[in-house]
Amino acid sequence: MTEASTLGLRIGRGPALKALGLVVLAVFALLLPLIAPDPATTNIAVFTVMYVGLATAWNIMGGYTGYISLGHAAFFGIGAYAFGLLVIHLNITPGYAPFLLVPVAGTLTAVFAVGIGWIALRTRAATFVIVTIAFMFIVQLLAENLVKLTGGGAGLSVPYPHDWGGDFFNTPFYYAMLALAVIALAASWWIRRSKFGLGLLAIRDDEDKALAVGVPTRAFKLTAFVISAALVGMIGAVYGYYVTYLYPQFVVDPLIGISMVLMTFLGGLGTLSGPVIGAVLLERAQLEFAYRFGASRLYLVLFSAVFLVVILILPRGIVPSVADLVRRWRRPAASDATTPAEQRVAS
Amino acid sequence: MSLVLQAAALGILTGGVYALMASGLTLIFGVMRIINVGHGALVILGAYLSFALFRSFHMDPFLSLVVTMPVMFALGVILQLVFIRPLKTDREALSVLVTYAIALGIEGVLGYVFTTNYVELRAWYETASFAIFGFHITYVYVFGFLLCLAILGALFLMLYRTAFGGAIRATMLNRTAAQLIGIDVDRVSALAFGVGVATAAAGGVVFGITNAFNPGSHYDLISRLLTIIVLGGLGSLRGAIIAALIMLVTEDITAVLVSPVWANFVFFVILVAVLIVRPQGLYGVRVRDRI
Repeated sequence: MTEASTLGLRIGRGPALKALGLVVLAVFALLLPLIAPDPATTNIAVFTVMYVGLATAWNIMGGYTGYISLGHAAFFGIGAYAFGLLVIHLNITPGYAPFLLVPVAGTLTAVFAVGIGWIALRTRAATFVIVTIAFMFIVQLLAENLVKLTGGGAGLSVPYPHDWGGDFFNTPFYYAMLALAVIALAASWWIRRSKFGLGLLAIRDDEDKALAVGVPTRAFKLTAFVISAALVGMIGAVYGYYVTYLYPQFVVDPLIGISMVLMTFLGGLGTLSGPVIGAVLLERAQLEFAYRFGASRLYLVLFSAVFLVVILILPRGIVPSVADLVRRWRRPAASDATTPAEQRVAS
Repeated sequence: MSLVLQAAALGILTGGVYALMASGLTLIFGVMRIINVGHGALVILGAYLSFALFRSFHMDPFLSLVVTMPVMFALGVILQLVFIRPLKTDREALSVLVTYAIALGIEGVLGYVFTTNYVELRAWYETASFAIFGFHITYVYVFGFLLCLAILGALFLMLYRTAFGGAIRATMLNRTAAQLIGIDVDRVSALAFGVGVATAAAGGVVFGITNAFNPGSHYDLISRLLTIIVLGGLGSLRGAIIAALIMLVTEDITAVLVSPVWANFVFFVILVAVLIVRPQGLYGVRVRDRI
């Protein structure tokens, strides 16, 4: 198990505290729309939880296998369009029923991800990064050019429930996003503890050696890629329902793609809690910048500054750095004995 | 048929600009093993610098390169020293994020200074044209092509005929070995980054004179440039040049035969098709762990 929890066992109170913290957090997340029902707050909550889900899903591929995809916005867009088209063509009455289509949109996204992953995963490292960017632009161009299907640049209008008004409107979307974030976290947690997850970490450390000792690297990489993409697609579907209008450049948005990556890096690549912490911190900052400086484009400069500072000061992310500090503080004498491998699994 | 030929000719002429911009990008990758996602933004920055010089001093865009290229070279060296060199662990992934941040920063600053309205560089050769074999070709494409050829030629001369070029090529081949024979690879990296950014400025002028641009244009540009250098094989200058020509010629022919709407799309489809057959690109070498 992880370094942090073995430490906890040694101290004794650790796991209990951790469990208590999780329960408090869960109760807070569940009750949030009751505590702060005004639409402005719940709107922020919807987007924060959305990014928690996105970063966690991205981390399953990027963090565990080390394959950095900058094109996950493509899956976000595929999910949103798949959902919108299903609702429109199946003539579903807006309300709670469309939420049942979210897994269907996720499945469709997964089908696309199998094809994209099959090609993209023939490459490694830098080439993989570029190929994922290329795929994102392919999807964006398709959304723009297949006018009969997607409405092109004029956008696609998704029917929305007219009878959900006032303070209530955001609430169902908040819970849908929360459910998906929890699913993503559960998947990430389960993968981290499974033999499959161990295989993914082996791929990150040395793909050729992993293959040599019998890890089916191609199948594992593709599986992680598809799981990650399907989760992002489902979140995209709920987003599509929430914003009610789909435009190619806003649904397949490179900034959404890079945000989930940066959030994961900020929190700690390959850790369970890192993407959550990164998403909560960065989404807050992003909204603040956009709110204060959005009109003057200076928010891009600020965003980029935060970005640079994070990477240059905390290249390993918050969670591993803090875990390191705690470890040194708890047992200063033994800190030299920690091997790099041990540090890497700290979560 | 004559339309196709004309499209092919135009593809070759515009391909020259992309060859120049992609060379800088692939040079930076070759020397440092980093993907400069900010390259597109640097091209646009170069175009805006020339635009500003034209607006304030009525300086000819091509002539303004005398000023902008050294400035951009210095900027490149500074960016490398401040943002790229400090990256020690996980350089490849982190450098993507850092250069992406640089791109966003440049986009933000340009948006603040010049607003997001589209602008274009102007000169007498921008609209004047001449006829050859019944085709009308605008001077600017020919001048731009010649300028790109000249700068590419200078780049190749530097790489193959000077000691500094030898150091760059040695670093591209094997960083550790280069260090062992006494090459200061940190210095080479900084200067190579500067050279790459300076070529981006030159590319920016030609791009800006043949296209309307705004601060957000770098997304479109970088996606094309990255596609080109992957198609050519990362780190291969020859590959980048040939890939740029293939891409632009196919794009322009598609625009004529099918529709301009799908021309952009073909660009990426070629990449995917090539990757299925040759994951390392046209001139790439399949190195374990790198490709």
